[in-house]
Amino acid sequence: MQRIGVFVCWCGSNIAATVDVEKVARVLSQEPGVVYSTDYQYMCSQAGQEMIQEAIREHRLTGVVICSCSPRMHEATFRKTVEKAGLNPYLLEIANIREHCSWIHKDKLTATEKAVILGRAAIAKVQLNAPLTAGKSPVTKRALVIGGGIAGIQTALDIAEAGFPVDIVEKKPTIGGKMTQIDKTFPTLDCAACILTPKMVDAAQNENIDILSYAQVEKIQGFVGNFTVTIRKKARYVDENKCTGCGLCTEKCPQKKIPNEFNLGLDNRRAIYIPFAQAVPKVATIDPNHCAMLQKGKCGVCAKVCTAGAIDYKQQDQLITREYGAIVAATGFEPISMDKFDEFAYSQSPDVVTSLEFERLMNAAGPTGGTLLRPSDGTHPHTLVFVQCVGSRCDGGEKGKSYCSKICCMYTAKHAMLTREKYPDTEVYVFYIDVRTPGKSFDEFYRRAVEEYGVHYIKGMVGKVTPQDGKLKVQASDLLGGRQLHIDADMVILAAAIEPDKSARPLATMLTASMDTNDFFTEAHPKLRPVESPTAGVFLSGACQGPKDIPETVAQASAAAAKVIGLLVKDSLTCNPCTAQPDELMCNGCSSCEKVCPYGAITYADKPFRGPNRTTRIRRVAQVNPAVCQGCGACTVACPSGAMDLLGFSNKQIMAEVDAICR
Amino acid sequence: MQRSVIETAASLLETGVCTRVLGWKTGEFFYDVTPAVFTSAEEVRKDMVFTPFCGANLSKYLIAESRKEGKIAVFLKPCDTFSFVQLQKEHRICRENVYAVGVQCPGMSDPDALKALGLKGLTGCVQEGDTLRVDTLYGEKAVPLADALSLRCRGCKSKRLHDCDAIIGTQGKDLQTSRFAQVEALEAMTAEERFAFWRKELSKCIRCNACRNVCPACSCETCVFDNPDSGVQNKAAASSFEENLFHIIRAFHVAGRCTDCGECTRVCPQHIPLHLLNRKLIKDMNTLYGVYQAGADFETKPPMLAFTLEDPEASIITQGRNGQ
Amino acid sequence: MQVNETFTPTIVAFCCNWCSYAGADLSGTNRLQYPANVKIIRIPCSCRLNPMFILRAFQRGADGVILCGCHPGDCHYTTGNYYARRRMTLLFSLLDFLGIERERTRVEWVSAAEGAKFAATMNDFTETITRLGPNRRLEDLRCKEV
Repeated sequence: MQRIGVFVCWCGSNIAATVDVEKVARVLSQEPGVVYSTDYQYMCSQAGQEMIQEAIREHRLTGVVICSCSPRMHEATFRKTVEKAGLNPYLLEIANIREHCSWIHKDKLTATEKAVILGRAAIAKVQLNAPLTAGKSPVTKRALVIGGGIAGIQTALDIAEAGFPVDIVEKKPTIGGKMTQIDKTFPTLDCAACILTPKMVDAAQNENIDILSYAQVEKIQGFVGNFTVTIRKKARYVDENKCTGCGLCTEKCPQKKIPNEFNLGLDNRRAIYIPFAQAVPKVATIDPNHCAMLQKGKCGVCAKVCTAGAIDYKQQDQLITREYGAIVAATGFEPISMDKFDEFAYSQSPDVVTSLEFERLMNAAGPTGGTLLRPSDGTHPHTLVFVQCVGSRCDGGEKGKSYCSKICCMYTAKHAMLTREKYPDTEVYVFYIDVRTPGKSFDEFYRRAVEEYGVHYIKGMVGKVTPQDGKLKVQASDLLGGRQLHIDADMVILAAAIEPDKSARPLATMLTASMDTNDFFTEAHPKLRPVESPTAGVFLSGACQGPKDIPETVAQASAAAAKVIGLLVKDSLTCNPCTAQPDELMCNGCSSCEKVCPYGAITYADKPFRGPNRTTRIRRVAQVNPAVCQGCGACTVACPSGAMDLLGFSNKQIMAEVDAICR
Repeated sequence: MQRSVIETAASLLETGVCTRVLGWKTGEFFYDVTPAVFTSAEEVRKDMVFTPFCGANLSKYLIAESRKEGKIAVFLKPCDTFSFVQLQKEHRICRENVYAVGVQCPGMSDPDALKALGLKGLTGCVQEGDTLRVDTLYGEKAVPLADALSLRCRGCKSKRLHDCDAIIGTQGKDLQTSRFAQVEALEAMTAEERFAFWRKELSKCIRCNACRNVCPACSCETCVFDNPDSGVQNKAAASSFEENLFHIIRAFHVAGRCTDCGECTRVCPQHIPLHLLNRKLIKDMNTLYGVYQAGADFETKPPMLAFTLEDPEASIITQGRNGQ
Repeated sequence: MQVNETFTPTIVAFCCNWCSYAGADLSGTNRLQYPANVKIIRIPCSCRLNPMFILRAFQRGADGVILCGCHPGDCHYTTGNYYARRRMTLLFSLLDFLGIERERTRVEWVSAAEGAKFAATMNDFTETITRLGPNRRLEDLRCKEV
């Protein structure tokens, strides 16, 4: 038999002024199962809480109903209160008679009547409450960072600094990401390599960081605190431990005509290569698609010249399985393909380049040694046209992206300014829809480009670029001037929109992390939990969550690291006990629940069940991992047989509330 | 057709492809056909039938039968194969224990339709092309097949046989039929008229549970209506509310899983057009979330277990279409 | 239907814990009035609302049922309200198909910041239900015609 205690709070005059609290306590004392009912000025006060605890002991209460303010306010407080008196904290229900009653009604009779009904609903529910125990799950004190760009590096460094081991998985032969390809950074114009490469070295030298370069995540299992990840370390045909990075092989390799990815195909590399001088790890990698030895079994020059004996043509992909407590996605971005933007003649003229290619053309370590030369004929360009928002802010979405890529306005201002600074004999035009410069010192930077460096900013879009007689005929509209412009340009630079890296989508599936329609990772809360994924234990760092510049990326990377550290310092995690629970006897094994679970908390097991006449039947039944389930209840409604129920908000409990209210 | 079905069944047993055959046999009257399991070729030759009255969808029986030892051969009409696939999609059938024989179907007849045509004393019936030759105590009558078809076959959605190991007859195609015509007619009525219609229809319900028991989608281990914890458990109706509650909940439970096989209406002893509730949901899902046919394939996510960011709001129904 | 002055409807409002329940709290904090007929039941997410709860409420005498959840895209559990939206859309359509007054059921997205919207919604919904009068059709669906 249930023994329910009811405690009606006055909340000073907040409740008592419009609700006859004594009457509520009196009426509710008549409800079935209620053995004790009282009212008090402030239930949440020390004295009030002691009163509740005393009543629990004295009346051997099996359930407690507190009629007070919103459970969002004091549910946690009162749970602790009842727990201290020896009652399971989940045998408590709160009737919200302040926010949902006394504060919104003026008539005392009406408010009192409603308070009674709300109290009844809570009593009806608490009768069906079951004692719940929050489970514990251990935490593996190791983190995985997927992506070794500036975001991944910063996250890993911060986690490692806090004393936790962390692995970086990078699909390219070197870490560093997009920032390695950037020349200067806005708005300070310091050299990207000068600030990035020391961090790359730090990461390589940190004892807590293990860099798995030229590797990809293949499989992820488990849940917060307990992930098991399989990583494929691709064969680079060079023993990483033996290679000294001297680079002799990359000079002797006879396969010379392979487009160099690092310089975006603006020059060539060999079949065995080190992406760039400051690569980390600084070891050579053989491109198996172009190596004569691997393709035809003839050559072996690199092996001959390598004094360290590091070349190994027989090397195989390696599968590494490791355990992690937390995973950080830092997969970054890619500029979109320019295939669909034929109006800018990108595919027709080598002098039409993307902004990232322009970075390489301006970079001292780039294909031109830092001298800006037209890719077509190696001459000095005099007229440059920059086109902004190529594929950004596109309506319809067919051709480009609906969002603003955020960084283009600033890097275009940077490019324009640097061009004018280095080559005062050039004319530089920038076509824009809007110039967006929110950020510290950003607008000042842009104004300097216009005012000090004399860059021609023109509001309007370029309609067409036509290569003709060694020039690029640019047709554009000047919206403010209300005229059509025809510019004979030597180079056209396209500020291509950025999109999430292609590897992010399959990764999100493995992580059961959600993505938006643009394949950016979704954050747990857009404002309040921006670096966490809705999937527990999965965190977001950098541009994989949305377009970002470098300082924002680094800030988010450190924030993600802080969240990871906060998780890894715990020895075990307390789970939310209000989780879904299947009744295995009723489960059809139909997989409906699994399909709607946003967390991948549901799996299936074949289990034996006793059938009639001493027979055993193997049935497929749903299993909920309480450490992963967040208790949304989507599965409970998807379940056709009603086998899935939610602890703390069970079908019976909610229906008891419905009945009490509609009675 | 009858002969090749029976011979196929017999030879499957004789050659040991299967140990049991799930088919049909006649009951008290020749048009009273029920599902049956046969274990020997003799039994098959003696009792098994494939007549214009083999409406029963055998797929549901496979939930239990496919879990028994040995392989079972089953005969499935095109519409039954949708249920067969849907049940596999829900992991209810052990496919490796099933040998599925697809039988092309000209449309099944309804004895009540024959009676409605004025035929009495029915003693036998053979289908020949578009004609049904009916033997009666008063001589043989020829009836156009179309006039004898059962209600659901008049709106046949597909002659395609899905996921069969063997096919008797020819593989068919999806059909364009106006199966939503009656739903649309109801939608065009005023709310009062619709209410009157359903009140009249649902008032006939005697809660025999035939619709639930025959429905391949209603194959839960324990039905919510039998589960004391579900809050809607009831055997016989305690209040007038519970029948319509039953039918609304049932329709909703099978939403996205119902293949529109029409068994519910076929078996209803009170002739309530229950399939209209399911068809209404199918029509809504097709309109709002893209055309979906339960059991047409193994991959497509059912609309009730999926969503798009652009789904219409619930108010689209309450404001969009106005029956008044 | 005649407007019944003395009729006070029973209205059940299912509110998701993270947005709408907090929105309802906020309308209380701001002292925004709405009728006492509305009684709120807290559920973790709008996707927890089983259509059976709505039918149960009508069965036990509710005159109107409203579901409030986070705005699409803002669900605490990422996707819950999208499932709820489909379920409710189909349920309401089915009820409408049975000739039950479609205004008796409603879905409204209310964020934790929209206390004013919550109160306004409840005022409007109560007004609608009061105008409709007591819920009879769901109860009457099976009564034989007299």
